[in-house]
Amino acid sequence: MKDILQELESRRREARLGGGEKRIEAQHGKGKLTARERIELLLDEGSFEEFDMFVAHRCTDFGMEETRPYGDGVVTGWGTINGRMVYVFSQDFTVFGGSLSETHAQKICKIMDMAVQNGAPVIGLNDSGGARIQEGVASLAGYADVFQRNIMASGVVPQISVVMGPCAGGAVYSPAMTDFIFMVKDSSYMFVTGPDVVKTVTNEQVTAEELGGASTHTKKSSVADGAFDNDVEAMAEVRRLVDFLPLNNREKPPVRPFFDEPGRVEPSLDTLIPDNPNMPYDMKELILKVADEADFYEIQEDFAKNIITGFIRLEGQTVGVVANQPMVLAGCLDIDSSRKAARFVRFCDCFEIPILTFVDVPGFLPGTGQEFGGVIKHGAKLLFAYGEATVPKVTVITRKAYGGAYDVMSSKHIRGDFNYAWPTAEIAVMGAKGATEILYRSELGDPEKIARRTEDYEDRFANPFVAAERGFIDEVIQPRSTRRRVAKAFASLRNKKLENPWKKHDNIPL
Amino acid sequence: MFDKILIANRGEIACRVIKTARKMGIKTVAVYSDADANALHVEMADEAVHIGPPPANQSYIVIDNILDAIRKSGAQAVHPGYGFLSENPKFAAALEAEGVAFIGPPKGAIEAMGDKITSKKLAQEAGVSTVPGYMGLIEDADEAVKISAEIGYPVMIKASAGGGGKGMRIAWSDEEAREGFQSSKNEAASSFGDDRIFIEKFVTQPRHIEIQVLCDQHGNAVYLHERECSIQRRNQKVVEEAPSPFLDPETRAAMGEQAVALAKAVGYTSAGTVEFIVDGDKNFYFLEMNTRLQVEHPVTELITGVDLVEQMIRVANGEKLPFAQENLTINGWAIENRLYAEDPYRGFLPSIGRLTRYRPPEEVSLDTHVVRNDTGVFEGGEISMYYDPMIAKLCTWAPTREEAIVAMRDALDSFEVEGIGHNLPFLSAVMDEPKFVSGDLTTAFIAEHWPEGFEGVELGEETLRRIAAACAAMHRVAEIRRTRISGRMDNHERRIGTDWNVTLQGVSYDVTIDAYKGGAKVTFEGGHTLEVSGDWTPGDTLAEMMVEDMPLVLKVGKISGGFRIRSRGADLKVHVRTPRQAELARLMPEKEAADTSKMLLCPMPGLVVKIDVEEGQEVQEGQALCTVEAMKMENILRAERKAVVTRINAGAGDSLAVDDVIMEFE
Repeated sequence: MKDILQELESRRREARLGGGEKRIEAQHGKGKLTARERIELLLDEGSFEEFDMFVAHRCTDFGMEETRPYGDGVVTGWGTINGRMVYVFSQDFTVFGGSLSETHAQKICKIMDMAVQNGAPVIGLNDSGGARIQEGVASLAGYADVFQRNIMASGVVPQISVVMGPCAGGAVYSPAMTDFIFMVKDSSYMFVTGPDVVKTVTNEQVTAEELGGASTHTKKSSVADGAFDNDVEAMAEVRRLVDFLPLNNREKPPVRPFFDEPGRVEPSLDTLIPDNPNMPYDMKELILKVADEADFYEIQEDFAKNIITGFIRLEGQTVGVVANQPMVLAGCLDIDSSRKAARFVRFCDCFEIPILTFVDVPGFLPGTGQEFGGVIKHGAKLLFAYGEATVPKVTVITRKAYGGAYDVMSSKHIRGDFNYAWPTAEIAVMGAKGATEILYRSELGDPEKIARRTEDYEDRFANPFVAAERGFIDEVIQPRSTRRRVAKAFASLRNKKLENPWKKHDNIPL
Repeated sequence: MFDKILIANRGEIACRVIKTARKMGIKTVAVYSDADANALHVEMADEAVHIGPPPANQSYIVIDNILDAIRKSGAQAVHPGYGFLSENPKFAAALEAEGVAFIGPPKGAIEAMGDKITSKKLAQEAGVSTVPGYMGLIEDADEAVKISAEIGYPVMIKASAGGGGKGMRIAWSDEEAREGFQSSKNEAASSFGDDRIFIEKFVTQPRHIEIQVLCDQHGNAVYLHERECSIQRRNQKVVEEAPSPFLDPETRAAMGEQAVALAKAVGYTSAGTVEFIVDGDKNFYFLEMNTRLQVEHPVTELITGVDLVEQMIRVANGEKLPFAQENLTINGWAIENRLYAEDPYRGFLPSIGRLTRYRPPEEVSLDTHVVRNDTGVFEGGEISMYYDPMIAKLCTWAPTREEAIVAMRDALDSFEVEGIGHNLPFLSAVMDEPKFVSGDLTTAFIAEHWPEGFEGVELGEETLRRIAAACAAMHRVAEIRRTRISGRMDNHERRIGTDWNVTLQGVSYDVTIDAYKGGAKVTFEGGHTLEVSGDWTPGDTLAEMMVEDMPLVLKVGKISGGFRIRSRGADLKVHVRTPRQAELARLMPEKEAADTSKMLLCPMPGLVVKIDVEEGQEVQEGQALCTVEAMKMENILRAERKAVVTRINAGAGDSLAVDDVIMEFE
């Protein structure tokens, strides 16, 4: 009996070594951790329960039968993050370069099935050279099996991908369908076709980093939601994100003890809006001063900076924030910001996360670039996302809410539960100058007259009270008491029940 | 007494004057420019009058605008504060003509002391010690040697037209005087085309020590002892104290008596300051007299118990001084630190912007110590480019100098300022500098200690350990809270271990943390323990901890996986990790910051309004390079460091996308 137990231990030892000491050293040499080390950092100490440690591939072509390492290049299982269950798979680059075989895929599928059944998030740590070429079509089938599960799990449990090495070709489409993609700076890249193919086909000279590094995907393509300095930081930050998310779509978002008075008054917010309406200010200051403990987890920080998205807590409970950023492009909506915010709003709605919207939007960005790029349909995504969302929605208009953009930004008209406005708010069809130039076209030759008309228009319409008279604004609030008012609004919505009519699914303008 | 006074100033000094006026039951009128419509002094005053656009030369120093404000408000007297119109005899005369009292000296005294040569002459006549020297022109080397010997070595031989150290020699002997005269003369001739030379006493180990005087209209004059203001940066005072750690009672009395003699000689009334330069042998020489309330007057108030602003108002009202010289004793020690909106890490470049956070330490007035903060700003206020970058004066008082320094260190540590660059870390560094602590000062203090500029403080082992212990305890609190999240798996809660690793300032400590008496006991490798207590909770930006019964105040910020800690002039990234996390973290490569410093990238899609520089031009840190307009808003892009522009790729009117390279640097 003792021998048998020892046999198990020795097999485990072998499995834990993955591709062996040398390859582990090489992995470390690249500034990367191994699959198991990453799991150690991701999960609570000692909480990891592994599946399929002894799975090995069944390929017999190209001499593959000679090497059949335990685990087959991926470590799978479940564990806890601050005591809450998550499933995890972590590709092992030291075994066949983390390449995906039929059995490798089966291991991932197994935990994904369990995650959906048991209602816990899936976190995938990607570090793989791609398909296991030796297995041919079996490997491709494996990818598709994973894809199908990503699709089925979408909206049921949160799915987080962390790209911590190469991720190329078909492999990119599994992370692509998850809720969040994070990358590690300088040691990860993602692309559908690599630099060599790009050069042959389009004659473009480009490095892997330029084509699909963290900088490209967080700033240009918006494929990634964030990037971290190294593996250690990435795992710490994913833990932090998980603390904001519910485990599944049947549960409320988590609540955590908090050390911040919900009624906290911030007198400095009274002077946040500059006297000059054309001066920008930093909307992040408002977010940080409203949030519990100034804790803000920003999503897509480096992309479409004219809109801010991310998670905060109010009274310990997660709230998703969408806010126009006047510091960038005056906070206008455009193709990129609409897409970014729409996806974020839909994530929140999937997982019952209430949405707080801060509005200072002068309208949609004009230009051929925007129109040719289809701003109509992209803008509609955000409108659609807000309109279909049934979660609690609280909106605060700080300054401009002009034109169609006013409607889009979680207005009362698209089922916003609360629409608050600061006294500095201007809810109008457009800015005073533009409006008078249309309304008094015949007087355009007389600048004095137009100036007077503009002033009249400002006095009459550049305020929140016209909208408040109609009940489109529920209350005009003091900037300093925004945190208290917003926290109370969400508290009143805790039992909100709203259902959309039955449908197979909607047809959002993708 | 006046019913209503107008304060022809802004910022902290306007607020300071309003406070005393209010205490005396006098109504106050503030004046403000467009940039100050929401300023604190406007808020504090009983009424406020708008006096013009932001630039001071169109508002605060326009005499007619102030006179209009006086007429509008019906103020009977004007306090000028410091700067602006405070030493302008025309203003004093205009008020006289208007029949309004000037809370300051008579215009004759302002005029007499406003001129360097006249004031020196008057001082000499009044028996005040002046820097010995020969003001006339010197014919030849022999005469130079003769004069130098008369003055007494060391002497400074200076070109009349000189500046920037050119044409300047210090001589310690006849021989050096002879050589120095010749070389100065040659250098002056070639540099300035003017070879006139004069000689004066060279003051070694110079200190800047000044005497506060107060005179009424009835011929009474007293001195309220001295202030030492040796710690200066480019002639800008940074730290002041009273009394001076250098003076003995005899020197103090001699300086005080001379200062009073000078004041009397010019018919001075109100508060004034006689500045002296004092050498290493306690020889003192008159520099100039400031005919106004000084910025650093609070330290004098703290050691004498006299409210100088109140006395100025009473004197202006014709009252007699309520005390004689023998009533004015020195009680304890006071230090003032000036908080400037200047970034010490970027060559003390003025910093403007919104004060997103401004939480000064609590003002206290106890027998053991006093904390006083004279300020003109508030959280959410705007620091504009138009005025002096000084935003507050933090003062502490205690029975001894040592205790006053300790109180100042703690007060600086708990002073929270965010949104702009400021010199708090630098002030902390000064307070910890051994030569400051021992009182061994000269006017070259800052230049000698930070010749290459300020780059933050490297903390010593003991302080590091105390911070490490506090951070470990704080991290434990934060981690325990994280385990209390809802939705946990029953019976499988995360348990927080006791072993941790703390890294900061390149040092790593393995520690064990145990709960202990409502706080934590932190044991270092080798068995050394530190007991930590405090009521810090996650999100607090200020941690007021006790480590081994000694207070430790930390400014706490968030960084990924740790804390940003600011204390005692240091700015640290602190990571607290489990031993395993620490082991793995050590495998991570050090990352170098990407080098984009050689390009100016367009931060947003927009239109170039103008390019402010040319190819080949050298630009300074913070200099405006170009203006990009986006959605009708103008954004000024500035140089991140000193550089030479090698290429400009865009011109006014160009439309740019994000990350387009606007210009390149050498």
